Amino acid sequence: MSEIEKSELLDRFAYLSERESGDHLAVNCPAEQLIEFCTILRDEFQFDLLLDVTAIDWDVATPRFTGVYHFYSTVKQMYIRVASDCKDNIKPTLPSLVSLYSAADWHERETYDLMGIIYEGHPNLKRILMWDSYPYHPLRKDFPLAGIETPLPAEDVVEQTNLKVSAAPMMGGPFVSSGDGKMSQTEPKAKDESWNEEKGK
Amino acid sequence: MNKQTVAYDSKVEGEVIVTRADAVINWIRKNSVWPMPMGLACCAIELMAAGGSRFDISRFGMEVMRFSPRQADCMIVAGTVTYKMAEVVRRIYEQMGDPKWVVAMGACASSGGMYRSYATLQGVDRVVPVDVYVSGCPPRPEALLDAMIKLQEKIKDENSVKNLLTKHPINKIRKDAVS
Repeated sequence: MSEIEKSELLDRFAYLSERESGDHLAVNCPAEQLIEFCTILRDEFQFDLLLDVTAIDWDVATPRFTGVYHFYSTVKQMYIRVASDCKDNIKPTLPSLVSLYSAADWHERETYDLMGIIYEGHPNLKRILMWDSYPYHPLRKDFPLAGIETPLPAEDVVEQTNLKVSAAPMMGGPFVSSGDGKMSQTEPKAKDESWNEEKGK
Repeated sequence: MNKQTVAYDSKVEGEVIVTRADAVINWIRKNSVWPMPMGLACCAIELMAAGGSRFDISRFGMEVMRFSPRQADCMIVAGTVTYKMAEVVRRIYEQMGDPKWVVAMGACASSGGMYRSYATLQGVDRVVPVDVYVSGCPPRPEALLDAMIKLQEKIKDENSVKNLLTKHPINKIRKDAVS
C-alpha cells in the first residue's frame, strides 16, 4: 500500500524527494510547495487528519531547522510524514497550514513557542506554553536544559517574593538511562554522581 | 468519676472552663482547618483519595475542601509548579484570609522534584511560606494525613493572640535563589 503511494507521489510531484524513515512513508517537500502539496494530500490522497506539527534543530548544520508534519488517513488507515527545511537559519519560516487543517493552529503555536519557527499566515501566532514576554525558544539546541536567568512578568508578585527564573541545579544531570540491558542496571542516572552519598558503597 | 480529667472538672468548675486564650483559639483553629486543593499534577489524585471514604480526611476535622481561596485557610500545593503558574499560586495565596497555612505536597511542590528544567519552579517555598513539606512522588494519602496532623500540632503551639496584632511571624518565604 505505502509502496504504491510512495511511487505515485514521487512520480507526480517532481519537487518531492524520498526521506529516510524507519516506519512510515516519508517525503521531503520544499517550503514553497508545502501548501500546494498538503492541499492535494488532503483532498486527493485522503489524508484527512493532521496529527502532529513539530520541528528539528540540527544545531550547527545548514539548513538548521526542519519542520515535520505527520498526517493520517482515516480512510486508508496509513500515515505519511512530510518534512520541510527552513531556508533561513536565523529567522526560520514555514507556511502555516491552519487554512487547510484547523488542528495546525495550536501545534504551530507550540512549535513557534519552543523552537522559534515562524509560521507565515497563522491567524494568532503567539506563545502557548511559556509566557508572552519570555525571550527564548527553550527546545533549541543552544538553550541549556537548566534554563537561563530571566525576570518574570508579574511586577507585583516579583515585588513581594523577589522571584525570577533561575537556572535549575542540574547535579551532574540530565538523568538519562545508559541504554540497553536489564532495567535494574540501566536506571537513569547523572554523568557526575559525586554528590551521591551512596556512590562509595 | 473519671480521675483522668485534667483540663476540666465539672465538680470543681461547674459550667465554667478556665484556660488560656491561645489554647482555645488554637484548639478551634486546629480542628477546623479548611483546605484549598491547589491541584496541579498527579499529587492531586492522591489528595482526592485522602478526601475519599477509604482514607477519610474528615476524621481529623478538615474535610471541608473549598475551591475558593476566600473560604479556605490551608493551601495544599499538590503538584508541579511552573514559573508561569508561580504567579497564580502567589495571587491565590494572597486572597486567603489570615491566619493561613501552606502544605507543599510531594517532591515537585517541595523542591521541583524530577523536573530540573527551565520551566519548573524549584520549590514552592520561593513564592509562598510553606509550613509542612511532604515527601513522595506522589505521597500516599496516609503521608498527606500525617502532614495535616503535623500541621495541626504546629497550629496548636502558635502564639495566636500575639499574632492577632502583629504580622504572622512564620509568613516568610525562601529568598536564597540557588543556581
